[in-house]
Amino acid sequence: MARLARLEVTDDELDAFAGQLDVILESMQTLGEVDTDGVEPTSHAVPLVNVFREDQPQPSLPRDAALAGGPDTAEGRFRVPRILDDEE
Amino acid sequence: MTKLSTYEAAMAAYEPVLGLETHIELDTGTKMFCGCPTAFGAEPNTQICPVCLALPGALPVANRAAVEATMKIGLALNCRIAEWTRFARKNYFYPDMPKNFQTSQYEEPLCEDGYVDVAVDGDHYRVEIERVHLEEDTGKTLHVGGATGRIHGATESLVDYNRAGIPLVEIVTKPVPGAGDLAPEVARAYVTELRDIVRSLGVSDVRMEQGSLRCDVNVSLNRAGDAWGTRTETKNVNSLRSVERAVRHEIRRQAALLDSGEKIHQETRHFHEATGETSPGRSKEEATDYRYFPEPDLAVMEPDREWVERLRSGLPELPRKRRERLRAEWGLGELEMQSVVNADAVEIIEATVAAGASPTAAVKWWLGELSRRANETGVELGELRIGPEQVAELQGMVDDGRLNDKLARQVIDGVLADEGGPAEVAASRGLEVVSDTGALEAAVDEAIAANPDAAEKIRGGKHAAAGALIGAVMKSTKGQADAGAVRELILSKLG
Ligand SMILES: [Zn+2]
Repeated sequence: MARLARLEVTDDELDAFAGQLDVILESMQTLGEVDTDGVEPTSHAVPLVNVFREDQPQPSLPRDAALAGGPDTAEGRFRVPRILDDEE
Repeated sequence: MTKLSTYEAAMAAYEPVLGLETHIELDTGTKMFCGCPTAFGAEPNTQICPVCLALPGALPVANRAAVEATMKIGLALNCRIAEWTRFARKNYFYPDMPKNFQTSQYEEPLCEDGYVDVAVDGDHYRVEIERVHLEEDTGKTLHVGGATGRIHGATESLVDYNRAGIPLVEIVTKPVPGAGDLAPEVARAYVTELRDIVRSLGVSDVRMEQGSLRCDVNVSLNRAGDAWGTRTETKNVNSLRSVERAVRHEIRRQAALLDSGEKIHQETRHFHEATGETSPGRSKEEATDYRYFPEPDLAVMEPDREWVERLRSGLPELPRKRRERLRAEWGLGELEMQSVVNADAVEIIEATVAAGASPTAAVKWWLGELSRRANETGVELGELRIGPEQVAELQGMVDDGRLNDKLARQVIDGVLADEGGPAEVAASRGLEVVSDTGALEAAVDEAIAANPDAAEKIRGGKHAAAGALIGAVMKSTKGQADAGAVRELILSKLG
């Protein structure tokens, strides 16, 4: 599951997370006990439809602030490690 | 070296099936889900915000203008507009989206089941549209450390998210069988028609060279009567001409493989403008488990029918109808109109006619001399430094007898060189038909004296010999005489 989500975790962390995941899955099982017969599945928790904004520009972030959240930057851009593995 | 069949051999053995997937960037003032501006060419990462960057707590809200523009496109393509539709997350790992997903639509697109009619060589084809949906564009990556900016061999990449989040409309056709050996032309005609339709709606500038219209081309081959073959998807097709070339190349490449008993792999391929060939894309692009799921942060959309009908009745005259109207008004034949359309000259000719030129003259200038000039300098007609008003003015001077065609072409030289409008150029370069009869007569007399043999032949009834004398007069007047008047004068003197 860590690989699917592209997360790097140590073995110790893996043990800890596995325990936490069990708790989460148990909670989900509790949800499964609720009687949902006749209830349509939904993707949205609030009954809102057609929520739009008008096409009016709002200020963007100053570039320094925008870039500050990235681990590394260069030439005003986010810098990321090589995308392809060697064998590709 | 890629093995290729000849196109003729491929067509003798196989039938192609096309599919086209087109992405169009809308020209809204702000992005799809936030208020960031969308100006082209801004400094990197100056048009991004917490929503663009998917910072914790940021809440996207859909841009009404983008939803409306997409519905207009759907209506213009004869689609049905969904009564209930929602966005979905398309999950993938690639740094062009900081969220690790692209907001798109999955099972419930905004528009479905339409069609576009195109004409090629007088034959009509109906290209059926499967869906039109709304999503967001991705950021731009700059690959560093490898050969010439390619991702292969790069040691790192630099990312600009200004483009990430700009509304993007995806238009997918159903498979298009039956085009036969005209498949490359049908593909091109479809993309051209789509571009013109969207342009007429005023919702995108649809410029392929700037990437606001991008096209992926699917091609498969099968033997007559067999089931459809395995298709390839060619990306990077960045001009109308490339659409045609990419289809033609894939047909020839696949035919060669099938001929030698090999199988076609369902894969993504990249088109190379320089060679006109395609090459396989990265294998990882095929890992297409996008784990789509409904986007919980964006409300479901239920476009009410009143809204849809208001949009439908507000649609402008669409290109096909407009072309028919103009063709009738201008008195052109169907094939002639096709040339005008293929030269992308409909608008410019319309403007020239509006400025006072006759349709015949406007078509003649723009498809003839001016197309030639545009080709020579590698620009579009609309980019020439001469406009519809100036062409109309030029034609007016020809109609008045002040210019002949040769002089008019010299006036065009001057206008293209920024020397001013046609009248100014004619005045400053001294280009005007010699209408002074005395001067003309002197020039004709001189020509007769200098060419006694030709003069004798004309006297003997061989009027064809007048050409030599006309040439001499045009030369001595530096082309500024009216050839018809000169001919009449010569014949009357020697008749
Ligand atoms: Zn933003």
